[in-house]
Amino acid sequence: MLKVKTPKNRRVQRELEKRAPRLVEKGKKTLLLQGTKTSNVLNTVLSEIYHLKRDNAIRYTRKNDSIRPFESGGETSLEFFSMKTDCSIFVFGSTSKKRPDNLVIGRTYDHHIYDLIEVGVENFKQMDSFTYDKKLAPQAGSKPFIVFSGEAFESVDELKHLKEVLLELLRGEVVDNLNLAGLGRVYVCTAISSNRVFLTHCALRLKKSGTTVPRIELVEIGPSMDFVVRRHRLPNESLRKEAMKTAKDKTHKKIKNVSKDALQGKLGKIYVPDQKLGEMVLPDKSKGVKRERREAKKKNSTNEPASKKQKEDS
Amino acid sequence: MDTQDEYQVDLGNLMAFDPFHHFTSIPSSREELVADCLSKGTELVQAIVSGIFNLPSTEDIDGPLVKLPPPTTKLPREKPLPKPKPPTRWEEFAKAKGIRNRKKDKVVWDEQTGSWKRRYGYDRVNDDADIPIIEAKMTDEPGVDPFAKRIAERKERVQKQQKNQLQNLKTAAKAGALPSHVQLAATALPITGTQAAKKKFTKDELGNVAGLASTATASGGKFDKKLRGEKPVKNQGKHRKFLPVVEGSGIGSQEKEQTERVLSKLISSNSHEILNVDKAVTMYNVNKERKRRNQYGKPSSTRNEHGKSSSTRNEHGKSSSTPSKLKPNNKPMKAKGLPNKGKGSFSNKGKGSFSDKGKGSFSKKGKAK
Repeated sequence: MLKVKTPKNRRVQRELEKRAPRLVEKGKKTLLLQGTKTSNVLNTVLSEIYHLKRDNAIRYTRKNDSIRPFESGGETSLEFFSMKTDCSIFVFGSTSKKRPDNLVIGRTYDHHIYDLIEVGVENFKQMDSFTYDKKLAPQAGSKPFIVFSGEAFESVDELKHLKEVLLELLRGEVVDNLNLAGLGRVYVCTAISSNRVFLTHCALRLKKSGTTVPRIELVEIGPSMDFVVRRHRLPNESLRKEAMKTAKDKTHKKIKNVSKDALQGKLGKIYVPDQKLGEMVLPDKSKGVKRERREAKKKNSTNEPASKKQKEDS
Repeated sequence: MDTQDEYQVDLGNLMAFDPFHHFTSIPSSREELVADCLSKGTELVQAIVSGIFNLPSTEDIDGPLVKLPPPTTKLPREKPLPKPKPPTRWEEFAKAKGIRNRKKDKVVWDEQTGSWKRRYGYDRVNDDADIPIIEAKMTDEPGVDPFAKRIAERKERVQKQQKNQLQNLKTAAKAGALPSHVQLAATALPITGTQAAKKKFTKDELGNVAGLASTATASGGKFDKKLRGEKPVKNQGKHRKFLPVVEGSGIGSQEKEQTERVLSKLISSNSHEILNVDKAVTMYNVNKERKRRNQYGKPSSTRNEHGKSSSTRNEHGKSSSTPSKLKPNNKPMKAKGLPNKGKGSFSNKGKGSFSDKGKGSFSKKGKAK
């Protein structure tokens, strides 16, 4: 016999509802973790990514010896962590002689590995090494701009993949309304060669330009680094197809009586009800005008004197 | 407008992409490279900013608010689309009958207490505890407490409702549309995603596993304490037993008998092909001949005695232990293939010289064929 189990308190229920699949998703949480060996560089890279994404990221600091994302069987504990923390992007750092300063960035679909890309970190400069006016420092959790440039992002398969993953990693929450005063940071990604991407984090300085659109200046605030693409694994076609499904716009209701015409543009039909003149209310409502009264008067005119007399008597 | 054409701008993600940019000459130093990238980045950001600041905005205390368009870059989902909830039994029924939901008031006038009370829940209208008197009816059975009966009926109704709810939840679970906070106790963790319910073991499977576990000791579970009510192990593995191959009486002969039984079974299935009338006749003749010779050949009795043990035993073996069907097996095969030759060889080898009659019959047959 099955038993219905429901959460004992409201807090747990809210937490479960947050994890439920939804029609329109609002961005993914990030899990940052590392393998058995990491370097100093990787530790700072991971902690700074965590710092930048503090509002929707989780950082695991223990060693994980059973995680090898590219090997079969090495993804089980990763998938478990993804399920446990409800994170759909992970950044896994590890270093070895063959692949020094290795970052594996991957996404999951339904808590199973969706795709993977492996990059090496080079020329890393951490946040502390940049000097700038602290007034420019962006607010935590503000929505960043993301800028990609370079033809390699379109021509090279790996970089095309990396672009998509980086966009999803860095973009933050999907919002409907944006406060223009809160804009203050940019991620700049440039493809230097066919397997190397330069990534840096900048603050924005808005300057008056005389129009409503301000003039922009970028101030590098770090971290900045080079990504060298190593291995990558694209999702298989059927999984990709399933993951790309979107909710058909159910809010988009069919609008009646409005049609579009190539020549005339938007056309509307207006329904005007029949004018019932007989039932129309006349503006004059004084008692004397009413038909019944008039008719009644005519009828009673013969008896009237008698009744009046009677009344007078009584 | 110019920038819009040149760059791919996704306002929903605040993203811009310049697919045509490339370095004319790769900068020699790191500083130059960074400066180059930043100048390019500034252009791109400017393109996004001009897009955003031209959107209609509403003034807020914190600053101007802009309604962003939805992102245009297609990115994969993190979880599958939620499935539509299947209609409950009542919803199906109501639809078929055209019953529509009416809103009910939360509070109802209670005539017994003369006050407004909740329809359901604590301190509700028509509560069992509030009823002081239940009028007796003609149909009432004597000896039944009407108050207890009323409570029992209500409990039954509640149970029925719970059963129906569970049924509806089960169908929802089958369609993969169980509400996220509800968990049917047999399913896995209440975490999201499409997780198949764990497979339930059948009674037989459990019995098998229990049997295996109980015999997985050094003694094969022989000295283990049995639990009260524990049934003997089901489907215990077979222990193969081999009979001794050394010939003898009793157990020793069983092995032979066993193989013979198998062989005779095999052979009997196509015995109609095996029995060769001609050969049987020859054999009979040969035996007869031998007997006669033995009777005549008295002087050679000593020699016969010498070999008696072996020959008699052989004959015994043929007649008693080996079934009559078994013996002719290998020879008829040959005979079948080459009838004349086989028969010839047989006669030549053994006792051809004695069996004139037989030979004659063979040759006749051969000619006839």
